[in-house]
Amino acid sequence: MIAPTSSSSAAVLPEPLERGTSLWRDAWSRLRKNHLAVLGGVVLLVLALACVLGPLIFHLSYQNQNLDLGATPPGPQHWLGTDTLGRDLLARLLYGGRISLMVGLVASLVALVIGVTYGAVAGFFGGKLDSVMMRIVDIMYALPFTVFVILMMVFLKEPMQAVDAWLSRFALLSNLQGVGKILLLFGAIGAVEWLTMARIVRGQILSIKRMEYIEAARALGYGRRRIIFRHMIPNILGPVVVYTTLTIPAVMLLESFLSFLGLGVDAPMSSWGTLIKDGAEKMEEFWWLLVFPGGVFSLTLFSLNFLGDGLRDALDVRASKD
Amino acid sequence: MIRFIVRRLLETIPVLLIILTATFFMIRFVPGGPFTAEKAVTPEVLRNLEKTYHLDQPLWRQYTHYLGDVLRGDLGPSFKYPNRTVNEIIADKLPVSLELGLLSLIVALGIGLPLGVFAAVKRNSWIDYVCSSVAMLGICVPTFVLGPLLVLFFAIHLGWFNASGWYGPLDRVLPSLTLGCVYAAYIARLTRGGMLEVLSQDYVRTARAKGASGFRVIWRHALRGGLLPVVSFLGPAIAGILTGSFVIETIFQVPGLGREFVNSAFNRDYTLVLGTVILYAALIIALNFAVDVAQVWLNPKLKFE
Repeated sequence: MIAPTSSSSAAVLPEPLERGTSLWRDAWSRLRKNHLAVLGGVVLLVLALACVLGPLIFHLSYQNQNLDLGATPPGPQHWLGTDTLGRDLLARLLYGGRISLMVGLVASLVALVIGVTYGAVAGFFGGKLDSVMMRIVDIMYALPFTVFVILMMVFLKEPMQAVDAWLSRFALLSNLQGVGKILLLFGAIGAVEWLTMARIVRGQILSIKRMEYIEAARALGYGRRRIIFRHMIPNILGPVVVYTTLTIPAVMLLESFLSFLGLGVDAPMSSWGTLIKDGAEKMEEFWWLLVFPGGVFSLTLFSLNFLGDGLRDALDVRASKD
Repeated sequence: MIRFIVRRLLETIPVLLIILTATFFMIRFVPGGPFTAEKAVTPEVLRNLEKTYHLDQPLWRQYTHYLGDVLRGDLGPSFKYPNRTVNEIIADKLPVSLELGLLSLIVALGIGLPLGVFAAVKRNSWIDYVCSSVAMLGICVPTFVLGPLLVLFFAIHLGWFNASGWYGPLDRVLPSLTLGCVYAAYIARLTRGGMLEVLSQDYVRTARAKGASGFRVIWRHALRGGLLPVVSFLGPAIAGILTGSFVIETIFQVPGLGREFVNSAFNRDYTLVLGTVILYAALIIALNFAVDVAQVWLNPKLKFE
């Protein structure tokens, strides 16, 4: 009989003093070799910094109108031109980026929390509960989400205005108009984007539960808490990080889809979606109003997708192979 | 097989009921109604309007009333279009959206499949890189950017097409191209992945060893297995195409159900919103079911469970 190789190698005691490379250091070195992913990360970093710091440094205003100026093509005064109300397009792009990136991040986090909790519960408890919970996910997969997000955005708008009114009573927050609408965006998008995350986490938990190292940890007498936090969570973190990176572009796409239909943030605030909408309406005369917002938005999605793909290859996630 | 179909059909009933109930109460939960916007309405007229549409009754009465109507296949009168029923509006607008969706699906498969097969067969050559980059481009340029850009170039600059409208066959080109491109990109990626996996398998090598031509190996032997990931993607793709047409119909002024749905939500046309939501849900569930059956048919390893 030939012993399986895994047990024969386990028989050789591991050298306890030599530190092996951790999953993360390994992944990092692999990621660095993926030029497209690195480029994506750099582009994202630059864009995010520009959106956060740009308006502070240049003292640009996205609200300042100059009706006499009107729409001007890109030039030395206004690098990306101005819109029909004479507002600087670059400033509007940077402020719009804040909203778009923030919605992308926060709504993905909402989806992350829901998905991980749901998937982990189903995976941990298994059995009947698991099959019922996953059947619900299967059924929800077959539903038209966008329809429900649209309904939520239209019909929950007024209750959220009450939130706005309540917030504006605090002196500090009085200039935060439209917060309710943004909160609604977070919730509505997060509420529909968690399904795949739940599936991935459940699958991971299920496969990890039966792994030998978990059994070994149990045999060593470690407590449940230590097993969960030291052994299980770190091992599902990889797929979760990867899938979160890939959720962000999907969320941003949904946000701009809503904004394009007029269901996103309200004026004078703007996201990239609302800028694209405005640009598409006026593109016949003023091409730059469509081309620059559309270009920056596509570039962001590009970078996020390349970074996500790179992370997936680096962390070698089997869960989503497409 | 029959048990599988019956179980899935039985499962659909509570799902549709939950969707109907949730939607019904969500849109009624909010203050204001379909007649709030009309300024000229006197209280008396308003009362009459509410009476006609049963809005004066308690909510649960309205709900049971509506449920009974739906079970009889009657989606009720529209609130915003006087003298028109929701059934009539859907019968009028749905064919347009279905035509757009079908054409887009043809575009998606017609571009995506060859691109993916080419990329897989010529793996790691410049053809592969070009195909994969084009696919990534298609995924990252959203329809509402691509659509206006296509209009700008082909309709306004070159003057080949009308910028909007839905009259002649030429008017179908830009909308279905825009909507189909994104899914063509996904399909190309999935086809490439699926084909790569299949091409390295023993039965393909056997076919080659027996002297089958390269074309025959791909067409007769590899494609059937390589298409499996594409088929399982068709369910989400169809749902995406149906809801994606909301934006396309807005850009190109297509008189379809998608635009009607968005307008009805803005107008709070309760019955029209409910009717279209139920219709979309039923349509997408049915199409997903068809995709599941097709999957088992293509891959005998899967079984109906």
